[in-house]
Amino acid sequence: MARIIVVTSGKGGVGKTTTSAAIAMGLAKRGHKTAVIDFDVGLRNLDLIMGCERRVVYDFINVINGEASLKQTLIKDKRCNQLFILPASQTRDKDALTKEGVGKVLEELSKEFKYVVCDSPAGIEQGANLAMYYADDAFVVTNPEVSSVRDSDRMLGILASKSRRAENGDEPINEYLLLSRYSPARVKAGEMLSVDDVQDILSLELLGVIPESKSVLNASNAGLPVILDEQSDAGKAYVDIVARYLGEDKPHRFIDEKKGILGKLFRS
Amino acid sequence: MSTGSPSPHKTALEFKSTSLNVPSLILISDQINQFEHHLKEKIAQAPEFFKHSPVLIDLQDINKKGLEINLAEFVDVLKIHHFLPIGVRGGTKEQNSIAIALHLPVHSAHSTMPPAQQKNQPKTIKPENQAEQSAQTPVQSNGIENKLVTQPIRSGQRVYAKGDLIITAPVSAGAEVVAEGNIHIYGALRGRALAGAQGAEDSLIFCSDLHAELVAIAGNYKVSDDIEDAVKNKPVQISLDDQALIIQPI
Ligand SMILES: Nc1ncnc2c1ncn2[C@@H]1O[C@H](COP(=O)(O)OP(=O)(O)OP(=O)(O)O)[C@@H](O)[C@H]1O
Ligand SMILES: [Mg+2]
Repeated sequence: MARIIVVTSGKGGVGKTTTSAAIAMGLAKRGHKTAVIDFDVGLRNLDLIMGCERRVVYDFINVINGEASLKQTLIKDKRCNQLFILPASQTRDKDALTKEGVGKVLEELSKEFKYVVCDSPAGIEQGANLAMYYADDAFVVTNPEVSSVRDSDRMLGILASKSRRAENGDEPINEYLLLSRYSPARVKAGEMLSVDDVQDILSLELLGVIPESKSVLNASNAGLPVILDEQSDAGKAYVDIVARYLGEDKPHRFIDEKKGILGKLFRS
Repeated sequence: MSTGSPSPHKTALEFKSTSLNVPSLILISDQINQFEHHLKEKIAQAPEFFKHSPVLIDLQDINKKGLEINLAEFVDVLKIHHFLPIGVRGGTKEQNSIAIALHLPVHSAHSTMPPAQQKNQPKTIKPENQAEQSAQTPVQSNGIENKLVTQPIRSGQRVYAKGDLIITAPVSAGAEVVAEGNIHIYGALRGRALAGAQGAEDSLIFCSDLHAELVAIAGNYKVSDDIEDAVKNKPVQISLDDQALIIQPI
């Protein structure tokens, strides 16, 4: 049985797709057979970041509708033979995703894969709800600003009440915080929340801090998950995150300053 | 009866008030090494008994002596030796906020409170040692449904209790907690808390860190803007006195 990971946030543009691509590649490079699914119907993005956009024939919705088999649709990554991408449809409308359809696809993937990473669309609507519904683990990507933290909190409420695990009364989804686009200098200047501030509000286990980094944009322009840029700070951050998720004990990096806006306001 | 899928007709759980007997561990020395040494000796006498034993950390003695301790360090040592700390008692304000940060409920003990604060306690508060008494006497069931919540209450969520509502986790901004009785929050209150929702004016709200968007008792409310800075970001008790909400640090 595969572990199903949802990468989610509530708020848009915080780094979900960047994270999905990086951790899927990271898990695969560690030798675990991994599939990554783009749930953002209508806004294909993942295949661009994975650099496989010119090899897309069928998509997630074709599989749900029985128009293509999983085998025909999954795209094997060129750099790592343990990694497969299930792209989103650019042409269909969002309602094509159904709970039953998604469940069937995930069940089939679970037989063959060790990890299935679900790249959630933004928002708290149908697409985001389906991406998280079957999850075992949730990576909650948050930027160090109040609106992003608030939306993550909202998403955590949905994970706790509307997932399959919640509905069946099973053990709850494991929730992890990934604090992305972190800039210690801006925290110091009081322009951003600090790691402590965010953890204080969300009370969530921190899986890692990903620094604000030019390497992310460079990697995505090159169609390369940033984790493969091993010299970059963001790449290293994702390597750590994958290791911690797999149970290794890695000290946190890329957190220089301790106190942010809240710290300044409230701590005398 | 199938064991796999839960029956939709029966509720999966029920909250009931309960009291349990828990050993308290009285800290006497501020020396962590000495503490660990003696702890090991005690465990050696009855390893199975102490393994995974819940324990209430009692700080009264250490505070009476005016000794400074690093609470987190002591809690770590307890956990390393397979104790499960379930709270602190008799802590100073500082220790209590550390305890909350460590997800440990704070139990008060009057004898360690500064006299000035003791005088401020409104009369409606029940004697603190009641909890300990009830450890012996079975709790009366009078049909009131109290509710215990141990998970954070997130933005967009709402919790309602027909009796008292006890929350051992934070209440997020954008969340709402409502009780017909009292509300106790062992954690930060960043959302809205409404006690005495059916009009019980003697209802109280306690929270260990006040950042509320709104607090109300029996329909009398204050929004964040109306709450004085002096009580924000602090453990407080909120009561109603002649239609005026009184917020006091505790
Ligand atoms: N650590 C980072 N440093 C700098 N830029 C980043 C970082 N992470 C993400 N970005 C940039 O932020 C933008 C949004 O990233 P991404 O597409 O991964 O977010 P998303 O959450 O998937 O967005 P959406 O909600 O639209 O799906 C991209 O331009 C990406 O390059
Ligand atoms: Mg995206």
